[in-house]
Amino acid sequence: MSRDPARRKIIRDACSVSITVGAYGVAFGAASVAAGFSVLQSCLLSLLAFTGGSQFAAISVVASGGTAGAAVAAATMLGLRNTLYGVRLAPLFSRAGWRRVAAAQVTIDESTAMALAQEPQGQEAMVAAFWWTGLGVFVGWNACTLLGALAAHALNNPAAFGLDAAVPAAFLALLWPRLANRRAQVTAAGGFSLALLLTPVLPPGLPIVATATVAIAMGWPP
Amino acid sequence: MTTPTTTWAVVGGTAALSFTLKYLGYRVPQRWFSNPRAQRILHLLPIALLGALVAVGTFVASTSVVLDQRAAGLAAALVAVWRRAPFPVVVLVAAVTSALCYHLTS
Repeated sequence: MSRDPARRKIIRDACSVSITVGAYGVAFGAASVAAGFSVLQSCLLSLLAFTGGSQFAAISVVASGGTAGAAVAAATMLGLRNTLYGVRLAPLFSRAGWRRVAAAQVTIDESTAMALAQEPQGQEAMVAAFWWTGLGVFVGWNACTLLGALAAHALNNPAAFGLDAAVPAAFLALLWPRLANRRAQVTAAGGFSLALLLTPVLPPGLPIVATATVAIAMGWPP
Repeated sequence: MTTPTTTWAVVGGTAALSFTLKYLGYRVPQRWFSNPRAQRILHLLPIALLGALVAVGTFVASTSVVLDQRAAGLAAALVAVWRRAPFPVVVLVAAVTSALCYHLTS
């Protein structure tokens, strides 16, 4: 389509990111159905919430027997980083209107990272990378959620297919690249231990939410 | 145990709040998030929660800490991420290991 090689590279990168993220989508769809959500509900979560970490968090709190409130609280805390992404990208979409609303919906880890990577190439390249990645991942994520949900719906014992272990493995894969320094590693270990310590004393779901205190304690000192 | 009321509330609540959080970023003044302490805490928040989600997803059944086939799945996933395996491999390795242990022990 585009004869401009820089633009072609943006599109190529966006496509490869979208395909990779699709794999998470299959895992989400399958895990969501295994957690007790219907195929329709799983697809609506991917269409409307469209932020993988939060979606996984919500369904796994429900799977562990937690309340809707605890599930939404865990999802919200994982989605807070999208607010920071919006703050970074706001100068690209300063005009009010449906375009900014659509931009907000596809503001996620991948679209933000690809847009910011184009910063030296100027605003136009950033906007192109943002839309190609955001919309590409949107399509891939939703199509694959449906596939995963249908596949899991066809099975009926999640443990027999290892789906129960697929969810923590997905969280581990999301967590691993964030453990770049000592403070991050101690925070992750703290969250891990505190959740297990609180499990016997708090209702399901709340031990996860309570680990926000670890982030506050670890982030407080300079 | 999981009622449709619960799951629909989770779908509605997560969808509404996820979009609100995204849109808020485009509307709030930039200086709100420029405080370094707030930046550090917001950066560490997903790390603490993901750590907790790994723990609960692997070692918790209802309100007790248990050791079952999921631990074997997680151990396999740990080797996979440590060897820099791509995401689908990490999840698949965990699922296959856990399923094998499930069938061997039941």
